[in-house]
Amino acid sequence: MVFLQYLISGISIGSIYAIIALGYTMVYGIAKMLNFAHGDVIMVGGYISFCTTSYLGLPGWVSVVFAVAVCTVLGVVIEGLAYRPLRQAGSLAVLITAIGVSYLLQNAAQLIWGATPKNFTSLVNFAVPEFLSRLNVSGVMLVTVVACIVIMLGLTWFTSRTKLGKAMRACSEDRGAAQLMGINVNRTISMTFAIGSALAAIAGVLLCSYSPVLQPTTGSMPGIKAFTAAVFGGIGSIPGAFLGGVLLGIIEAMARAYLSTNLANSIVFAVLIIVLLVRPAGLLGKYVPEKV
Amino acid sequence: MLKVNDINVYYGAIHAIKGVSFEVQAGEVVTLIGANGAGKSTILNTVSGLLHPKTGSIEFLGKSLTGVPAHKIVARGLAQVPEGRRIFLQMTVEENLEMGAFTQPNSTVDPGIQRVYEQFPRLKERRRQIAGTLSGGEQQMLAMGRALMADPKLLMLDEPSMGLAPILVDQIFEIIERLHQAGTTILLVEQNAQMALSVADRGYVLETGKIVATGTGQELLNNEAVKQAYLGG
Ligand SMILES: Nc1ncnc2c1ncn2[C@@H]1O[C@H](COP(=O)(O)OP(=O)(O)OP(=O)(O)O)[C@@H](O)[C@H]1O
Ligand SMILES: [Mg+2]
Repeated sequence: MVFLQYLISGISIGSIYAIIALGYTMVYGIAKMLNFAHGDVIMVGGYISFCTTSYLGLPGWVSVVFAVAVCTVLGVVIEGLAYRPLRQAGSLAVLITAIGVSYLLQNAAQLIWGATPKNFTSLVNFAVPEFLSRLNVSGVMLVTVVACIVIMLGLTWFTSRTKLGKAMRACSEDRGAAQLMGINVNRTISMTFAIGSALAAIAGVLLCSYSPVLQPTTGSMPGIKAFTAAVFGGIGSIPGAFLGGVLLGIIEAMARAYLSTNLANSIVFAVLIIVLLVRPAGLLGKYVPEKV
Repeated sequence: MLKVNDINVYYGAIHAIKGVSFEVQAGEVVTLIGANGAGKSTILNTVSGLLHPKTGSIEFLGKSLTGVPAHKIVARGLAQVPEGRRIFLQMTVEENLEMGAFTQPNSTVDPGIQRVYEQFPRLKERRRQIAGTLSGGEQQMLAMGRALMADPKLLMLDEPSMGLAPILVDQIFEIIERLHQAGTTILLVEQNAQMALSVADRGYVLETGKIVATGTGQELLNNEAVKQAYLGG
């Protein structure tokens, strides 16, 4: 019974990691860059939601719409201003810029909302059926898991069935060839950031509903863990990010319960290192043979 | 149809194309031949808008292409089959064709795919296969089919025979002839000068970024210097 509860809590926190990891993996897969500021977009999403509910008194779902809208625009602006000029630059320059953007967002948040943590009131507060509540399943957990599955399936459908989704995959493989097809690469990459950032906003609201302390650094640790999860599952792979996120949540919950609360994070990263030693491309990542 | 006017193209400090001018009339097959590194691909990529000339101008169907981004040039009716094919290896054959029709209205995509399948029945058999698993010849057919999906008025082919067995080379040239007869204008870049000149109406010979000879296919085939350099004496 206790084990089951740990498992459930692991799956639900893992689902949040998975939603963040899906954003990471989309951006990495298509723009071929690690957007280290992704975690901080989560934090911005949390603050926007907090402000719309606490200061403007609007209902929870409206605040989610607001958070998604603001973060989507933020993601597109960050890409356009910070990353697009570096399209031809080395990956190290891009990485350092991303870290810079991350600090910029954290400091801007501190300037606007202060360093004192805000107490986020969970947006999900419906009662779950008796048999679920006996297992300590809360409404947030349920919503998180369902949201995560829906998002994963939605992205899979989007990238495999829609014209824009396919164009994203084409850009991911060969930007020059994609341009020769008439695909606007800049706009496609911009759309990828829009999607990733919208997911970050949703993750931010869920994360804050889950653990209500909201401060400028709120997004950092979940961001790093979700990045780990994306690599763990095979970066660039949508099902991989999902699997990686959920597994990471479970491993973390188990490590916390049975090994050590303090070492839980270290254990998570140790598992990542071991997996990558055995499978360098991650669990579902694949090497595609190229024919010359 | 295509007019290239005294273009100069640089890679950083490297002056790759030095004052090249040529033109392609509607309905013609024009070939650009030259040794490795002469600048053939650079010219095609400049026409496609992937590279930009420092000076000079390019005109297509009477309109300047200066400053027009690559993705908009395709929509004007100018498609390129790039060197090394560059198909999307992780996508299926059919998805590759769909990408070729990216600028086309949705309603024309399916008929377009059917037309390509008629030209290349082999692709139809493999429509659901991941492109990376096709043979070299099939990949070349896919690359050509993909470019045709854009319904181009001018088709530019960059070394379509590269790396193919002689029998496949013949097939590819047959397809080029067929496209020509169907009215497609073609700019063909080749190292296989013999083949290229025999299908071409006119040709240009490129040497280290400059055009050094021009004439009809027959004239160039009989040109002493060309024979020496490209046709094995
Ligand atoms: N990306 C690049 N950066 C720097 N120099 C380049 C680049 N691409 C090509 N060049 C140089 O420009 C010149 C022309 O190259 P280009 O690829 O156009 O030749 P090509 O005629 O297509 O040769 P090939 O028959 O081998 O394909 C060469 O000297 C080449 O080294
Ligand atoms: Mg070349």
